[in-house]
Amino acid sequence: MSDIQELSFETAFEELETIIERLDSGELPLDESVTLYERGRQLATRCQALLDEAELRVQKLLDDGTLAEL
Amino acid sequence: MTETYSVAELTAYIRQLFDTDDQMQDVWVEGEVSNMTRAASGHLYFTLKDSRAQLKCVMWRSSAERQSYQPQNGDAIMVHGAISVYEQNGVYQLYADRIRPAGVGDLYLQFEQLKAKLDAEGLFDPQRKRPIPEYPRMIGVVTSADAAAFQDIQNVLRRRYPLARVILSPTLVQGQEAPAQIVAALKRLNEHTDCDVILLCRGGGSIEDLWAFNDENVARAVVASRIPVISGVGHETDFTIADFAADLRAPTPSAAAELATPDSTELRSTLAELTRTLDASAVYYLQQRHQRVADQVWSLRQVSPLAQIRNARQRIDDWTARLNAGQRARLRLLRERLAARSAALSGVSPTAILKRGYAIVSLSETGERIMSSQEAKPGLGVTVQLHDGEFKARVEDKDSHERYSRTLF
Repeated sequence: MSDIQELSFETAFEELETIIERLDSGELPLDESVTLYERGRQLATRCQALLDEAELRVQKLLDDGTLAEL
Repeated sequence: MTETYSVAELTAYIRQLFDTDDQMQDVWVEGEVSNMTRAASGHLYFTLKDSRAQLKCVMWRSSAERQSYQPQNGDAIMVHGAISVYEQNGVYQLYADRIRPAGVGDLYLQFEQLKAKLDAEGLFDPQRKRPIPEYPRMIGVVTSADAAAFQDIQNVLRRRYPLARVILSPTLVQGQEAPAQIVAALKRLNEHTDCDVILLCRGGGSIEDLWAFNDENVARAVVASRIPVISGVGHETDFTIADFAADLRAPTPSAAAELATPDSTELRSTLAELTRTLDASAVYYLQQRHQRVADQVWSLRQVSPLAQIRNARQRIDDWTARLNAGQRARLRLLRERLAARSAALSGVSPTAILKRGYAIVSLSETGERIMSSQEAKPGLGVTVQLHDGEFKARVEDKDSHERYSRTLF
């Protein structure tokens, strides 16, 4: 499992959905389910933070393929 | 005398003259717009005129809605439709189904021809359209840097989904150079970026202004793009070749930005919902585990030695009870039998006989029983035993047995 602080919104969001599905299946060992639940909570927090802190970044693609801030 | 018609009959006859004339039913007329009225119903009423004549025109709402070009008073236009008579007012008029600005007729022709050609090649095939990713990380925008359209796009994205990174690939969006620049701008994004989606946009304008988006090379570049393309060109009613070629057509640039992104307000509530679901799932999981443990404990109890001992005890108790019951029945039987025998026995016992008034007489001296009157000599001490005791007596006299016999019989 990758570091939560590095995850994009999309990845974190999708992993959160997967975790819920796995927990619902009820087939996991107890310690694993506890770990999963904690990770799920962290993922939700990460998504929330990403939404809260996000600021649209706008760049311009130059003819030579490099990017410049606008 | 010649035949006389009613007004209605004559008017109907004139109308029928127009209605059965093929040329009048499929006609293009060129002129200048005046008296343009848009009724609340959506129908258009106007007059088409030139220096020498006027023609009343009607365009029903169904046709007016399909018009991308909205004619204004003073515009030189070409109108297609059918001539007929409005009998109630006794006027003939043109029932228009298409209006185009005069002078761009060849553009329309080009448009239709190119559209038909690319359609035949399968460029607009719905099967070819790619899905638009749900959460785009990087959004490419092909438009003019200083156009209002780009500002609109940024505003929408800032409000809806500020998580995205926007990369503008600037281009001219009108004029002769525009098509080639648009093609290059699309290509640049495909070659140098990892955009998840491209917005190909231009604000509203005249049909000529939007013409770059009806260019064949632009359409082919849209189809060739590795990254899915959403088009947002002009206004709601403008359809360009690029729109048909795009993976998704948005009515305006702002709408393109909306179609490209999820709404963060909705995302927040979805997120809150997911968090609640996560908690509920954990609780459910734990409840399930508890239930399983409880089930196991029950099963374990069933097979434990303690349970077996308990069972065995129970069985012993059962058996004991049954044994006791059997025993009691047996004893009762024996007791009853004993009573019966005792009763039978008591009928023949000496005591019972004595109770009936008989006596046993024995010699007091020896205790020997006197069985015959021969043995009773006067003066002899005897013991007379009755059922409730005995007393001593002495024989006084002796009578003959025969006398009794005589007396009795």
